[in-house]
Amino acid sequence: MLKAHLPALVIIIPLICAALCVLLRRKDWAFTVALLATWASFAGSCLLLVRAMNEGVISYEMGGWPPPFGIELRVDALNVYLLIIVSGIGSVVAPYARNSLLLEYVEDRAYMFYSAYLLCLCGLMGVSITGDAFNLFVFLEISSLSSYVLIALGFDRRALTAAYQYLVMGTIGATFIVIAIGLLYQATGSLNMVDISERLPKAGYGNTTVIAAFAFLVVGAALKIALFPLHQWLPNAYTHAPSTVSAFLAATATKVSVYILLRFVFTVFGVRFSFEILPTATPFLILAILAMFLPSIVACFQTNVKRVLAYSSVAQIGYMILGLGLVSVAGLTASIVHMFNHALMKGALFLVLGCIFYRIGSCHIDRMAGIARRMPWTMAAFVGGGLSLIGIPLTAGFISKWYLILAALDKGWWYLAVLIVISSLIAIIYLWRVIEAAYFREPPDDLKEVSEAPLNLLVPAWILVLANFYFGIDTSISVGVAEMAAKALMGAG
Amino acid sequence: MADFEGLYNYWIVIVLAMAGLYIVIARGNLIKKLVGLNVFQASVFVLYISFSKVSGGTAPILDKGIDVYSNPLPHVLILTAIVVGVATTALGLALVVRIRKEYGTIEEDDIHSQDESM
Repeated sequence: MLKAHLPALVIIIPLICAALCVLLRRKDWAFTVALLATWASFAGSCLLLVRAMNEGVISYEMGGWPPPFGIELRVDALNVYLLIIVSGIGSVVAPYARNSLLLEYVEDRAYMFYSAYLLCLCGLMGVSITGDAFNLFVFLEISSLSSYVLIALGFDRRALTAAYQYLVMGTIGATFIVIAIGLLYQATGSLNMVDISERLPKAGYGNTTVIAAFAFLVVGAALKIALFPLHQWLPNAYTHAPSTVSAFLAATATKVSVYILLRFVFTVFGVRFSFEILPTATPFLILAILAMFLPSIVACFQTNVKRVLAYSSVAQIGYMILGLGLVSVAGLTASIVHMFNHALMKGALFLVLGCIFYRIGSCHIDRMAGIARRMPWTMAAFVGGGLSLIGIPLTAGFISKWYLILAALDKGWWYLAVLIVISSLIAIIYLWRVIEAAYFREPPDDLKEVSEAPLNLLVPAWILVLANFYFGIDTSISVGVAEMAAKALMGAG
Repeated sequence: MADFEGLYNYWIVIVLAMAGLYIVIARGNLIKKLVGLNVFQASVFVLYISFSKVSGGTAPILDKGIDVYSNPLPHVLILTAIVVGVATTALGLALVVRIRKEYGTIEEDDIHSQDESM
């Protein structure tokens, strides 16, 4: 009974618990509810993964209305992969929130934070699981609105302007997506994604309404993804948001937006329309290569380590779009694996920065001089996450770059493989600046009293760091599922 | 010319959308930006409502003698989108109130120069 409703439960549990947090009001109760909700959601996603692997695509009719009339929740390899990323990161970050400075800062309104956190989780899970185009927009807005709130909770007043900027850009992006959905509805008369894809050939690929819908969708999704050069909102938002929020959003929000792009471009519009009739691949490749380099170079000149990582996130999105632009099963596998691996490494690195911020109240490179002597475990975690970000063998980051390079060579584009390696070398430069400061500079006097971060901050960070190494060695799950998803996406065209 | 008149609603959509986006980009005042955003969103509402119209159709009410009626689904969708728009505006205005408290201004340039001088 309960098992049949699993697809609905993974999004409804966080939604109801978000309301419950507000009703309970007590800080500890709200924390317990939030923790249990994220873990339940993660457990549900894991069960769905097992079921989707055994039984194939799971289709759930919301309220008993069969698709295409009712809202369909659809779980295939790609959906469940995203569910695992979002709920997995959500459940590692949730215990971290309790002790981070954030809650001391908002004090008696801590329950509001948990509520917004769960809403954001619910929205991101909803986008990943829904099979209805308009429903996707609604969930996207649930997650966006709550993430604006979460970012605005930062300690610095610049968090407010960052949240405002994100709100304006994010709303424009979401509105573009809703225009695209409207135009698609106009052309096909359906909102169910699978149904739209079946009706599109009848509407005619040369139909200007469909082409306009495609353009609006790609630009809107690119804004949400922070694809270079539409990334202006991201560095500020991630830099000034509270550490917990940066870690959660950096690991999940942009991935879910990449999913929207993949789902629409490959499943709804189909490979034939997106890449054969329209010349979409080349612009994607050019933007991806620019994104791999320019933000990485900017990252080398930042003094705030959070900002370094934020720019690095923009660069990493370049790799995901590069895989998409290759339009092959191998390329898509690399993109999808990188969504997973990047969530692990950026989540880990932002959590580590949260530990440092907790002790010294700053993330500036100069303030971090010699900090490795005071916080050895924290900095070791940073090095671990950093190795994965660069793509050293035996880490998760290596796996995604390996597959990306293979996909490029598969097409015979060796120069692309060279560019991927060179851009990884830039990552060494910006990470080395941090490591050099932390390990080889003399600590200033006021750093004497700084001690290791508390365990409940350190443990979540290390869980993600160890996951980076685990998924760098055993890739049967991460690559296996990604490959299935990639094949399904390419086959749908 | 008949084409132009037939597409009257869509011209309005385009004018509203462009005016809204222009305000968001060109104005430095944070409240005006939100107003621009609202105008932009309103254009989408008009778009949805326009294509739901069926020529000669009435309001979608089940009654004797009514067989042609407008498509009600986009109306419902837009009701949802309006709620989302209201929530976005409310949150945006709340942020502007906090920004005004912290910076003492809601002009983008002033905020920027205050951040630079820090």
